[in-house]
Formats: sequence, C-alpha cells, structure tokens
Amino acid sequence: MSLLKRIIPCLDVDKGRVVKGVKYIDHVDCGNPVEVAQLYDAQEADEVTFLDITASHEERGILLDVVSETAETVFMPLTVGGGVRSLQDIRDLLNAGADKVSIMTAAVHDPDLVADAAAKIGSANLVLAIDARASTDADGRPRAGHWEVCTHGGRRPTGIDAVEWAARMAEAGAGEILLTSMDRDGTKSGYDLDLLRAVADRVSVPVVASGGGGRAEDLAAALSDGEAGGHAQAALAASIFHFGETTVSEVKNTLLDMGIPVRPPSPHASAQRASGGV
Amino acid sequence: MVDYGAGNIRSVAKALERSGLRVEVTDSPAGVAAADGVVLPGAGAFADSLATLRARGLEEAVKASIADGRPYLGLCVGMQVLFDEGEEHGLTPGFGVFGGRVERFPENDTDGGRLRVPQIGWNEVCFRGEHPMTAHLPERDHYYFVHSYRAVPTEPSAVTGTCNYGGNFAAAVANPSVFAVQFHPEKSQHAGKRLLDAYRRWVEESR
Repeated sequence: MSLLKRIIPCLDVDKGRVVKGVKYIDHVDCGNPVEVAQLYDAQEADEVTFLDITASHEERGILLDVVSETAETVFMPLTVGGGVRSLQDIRDLLNAGADKVSIMTAAVHDPDLVADAAAKIGSANLVLAIDARASTDADGRPRAGHWEVCTHGGRRPTGIDAVEWAARMAEAGAGEILLTSMDRDGTKSGYDLDLLRAVADRVSVPVVASGGGGRAEDLAAALSDGEAGGHAQAALAASIFHFGETTVSEVKNTLLDMGIPVRPPSPHASAQRASGGV
Repeated sequence: MVDYGAGNIRSVAKALERSGLRVEVTDSPAGVAAADGVVLPGAGAFADSLATLRARGLEEAVKASIADGRPYLGLCVGMQVLFDEGEEHGLTPGFGVFGGRVERFPENDTDGGRLRVPQIGWNEVCFRGEHPMTAHLPERDHYYFVHSYRAVPTEPSAVTGTCNYGGNFAAAVANPSVFAVQFHPEKSQHAGKRLLDAYRRWVEESR
C-alpha cells in the first residue's frame, strides 16, 4: 500500500456561516460550519477545508472561533484559508487548531511571504491557493494551455502564469497547491483536467483539485494518474456534498470501483446526507 | 502534555480527553515529573522544537520520566526529537533515546519516479512486535500524515510500525516505556481514537 488519494469537502464560510455560490457570485446559506464539519467527519471525509470569504478583516475573530470549536469536536485534518495576510494570521489559525493554512492574495502581493512562513513554521502546514482562469488573447479568444492567476474571488486577473506561479511558490516552500479553476467553479461540469495536469506534472508537492466537481466520475478524472487524468493527489468539492446529492462514503465507493486508491469507508461511516442548511 | 509552543496542542488535548485521559498541559519540568504519562505533541521544525524544549529544561525532565518507566507517547515531532539528530534547518542534536537521524524524504520514489514531498494524507501503517500499545491495535490501520522529514533509526528492532512512502520508513518506534509515531492520531478519526484508547489503558496499567 501507499499514500491514498484524498476527498475533501470544502466549506465557504462568510461571517461564521457556510455559504455556496456559483462562480463566486450568488450565495446560499448552507448551515453552521462546525455542524457541517461534524457531518463530514461522520461521513469519513479525509480532510475538511474552510475558506473564509468574509469581506471585512475586522470580523476575523468569528473565523478563529469557528476553527477552535471545530478542532475541539472534530478529529480530522482541517485546512483554513481566505484573507490570510501575514505570518501572524498563519500562526493565529494554527494555534486555533488548523492543521494547514492556505494563502493566496497575500502571496501575490508579497512573494517572500511563502518563503518566510516556510522557514518559520515549515512547509508541511503551508498551502498555496491559486485561483486560475484560462488566458485569452487580445481578441478575447482562449489561449490553449495558458492560465492566469486571479485574485479577489476571481474578479481581478494578475497577468501571472498559473503554472509558473505554482512552480515558483512550491520552490519557495509551499507544501501543497490548492488549485481552483475559476472557469469551472460552481458549474459542476467537471474539473479542468488540462490545468490540473499542467500544474501537477510541474511541481513536486501535492496538488488539490478544485472547481467543477459535480459527480464521483469528475473526482475520479481529477485524481487519475492516467494520460488524460488530472494527476491530482486530492479532490475538493462543495455543492455535491452540501446539498445532500451524495455523501463522501458513496463517492469513495464509486472511486474504489473505478480503481482510484482512496481510504475505504469503515463500518462506522455515516450515510446521513447534508441538508444544505434548509 | 508538554507545551513547547507546538500549534496543535489543543486538538491533541481534546483527543486525549475523549479517550478518557485527564490532561494537564505543562511547560515546566515539575509538571512533567508529576505526570503518570507524558505526551509530546508536535508540528513545526525540529531545530526550533528542540531549542524551546531545552530552554525550558524539558529535555531532562522528559528523559527522566522515560527512564522511570512512565509511558511516553510522541506524536510527529514528538517522535522525531527522540533520535540522535535531525537535519531540518541544519544538523541539530536530539534526545538520543533512539539511534539514528531525522532526514528529509528522498526526491525520488523506489521506481525512480518523483516523490511528492511533503507526504500529506492517509497511509497504512503495519505494526509488529510486542508492546502494551500494539497489543490493543489492529495489525494495520490508516492514519493521517503530514511531514517532509522522517526518522531513519539505526536499530531495526526499535521500529514497531512501518509505512510505505518512497520505500518503507519508520512510522512508529517503541521501547518498554516509549511509543512514538510519525502520524497524527488526534486527526485520524476512529483509527486515531483506537490508538489513544490504547495509550490510556497503558498509562492505567503502568501506574
């Protein structure tokens, strides 16, 4: 046996509530993050990710409370990102109980932040998040095989090549790349496999696929090491779990049938579905 | 439980309490000396961790507790510090309870392909040998790992759990008063609880 591929439900958290939007715009309330994390723990998710999308930095305390409460009741790995601006923010989240902290916009503004943080806290707990969008030429036509890093919930393109950025930040000390396709996010039309493969083949750290997961088959494609697969080590999904369409254990059983090595659900795994907060 | 500034201290404390242990978090040698068992959690760099442990006089206290036969549970860096030395951020001497060095994973897997470092995720550990802990654990279980460095013991007999990542490595080492693991039982759902339950039993039996 060797290292297994991971299934990660992702919770977008706004002012202490789980929300889910389509292409980062319309948000629906999906419940209390601590309770939702507990449900995914019972379903035997391999990890849970919280992405704080609260616009105002003044409301940061709410997130820290949510992280502490989750870490005290849920005995599974927890990654937290969104609005992380400094080494102090990273430390605060780790002390609150996060296992890994992800940074995105702050790394674009200050590319030394990743190297500084890696030197102080080590690479293993440091995730670089990338929101990538297919590049277009002057006439607005997509340039195949080129993606651009975006910030501000995908609204602000930076002109930075996403594959090069991933390689540079992994070299600087990011221990994992959380790669979201902004073209696919919330669409449930499948992950951007070309983007995933381009990054996963370029870096020697784990890559988490995000954006577009709508069915177990999509996750399988993102995790596949085959020629047309995404070559990712973990797949993150939100809507398919939040709205109770399926459970982590159902997805895992399908993946096992398809030959993707994931941790098999134990006899304890809960079959209860999320209710989408309704 | 020894507090030396490791970030995940609260989740470890809660997980130990869930397994029925009474947890005192301490950063003093006297606190360590008063305990029936010592847990050293871990997250962070080898050199920094040892600097803090030594500055607080905790190395001697922890070693005295182990020498006294009180059950020691080491988690992640709490396993790594037991070795002769570690190479993260320059060569730093460890506690020397076990012979060997803590080294970074190799760049390539056994088949010559690239090995992704850190190892992040769930991997299977196979236990062997007789120990009060392994007596209550399944022969194999999946646990959560997140690390770039792992111990390379000089004495194969110290290894009580192996895991495969870039080849087999020591996921758990033990002696009569030590059980130390590279993975995170406090993050390993049911498998982790089984291990911490076994630790509670061991502490009770050793009192």
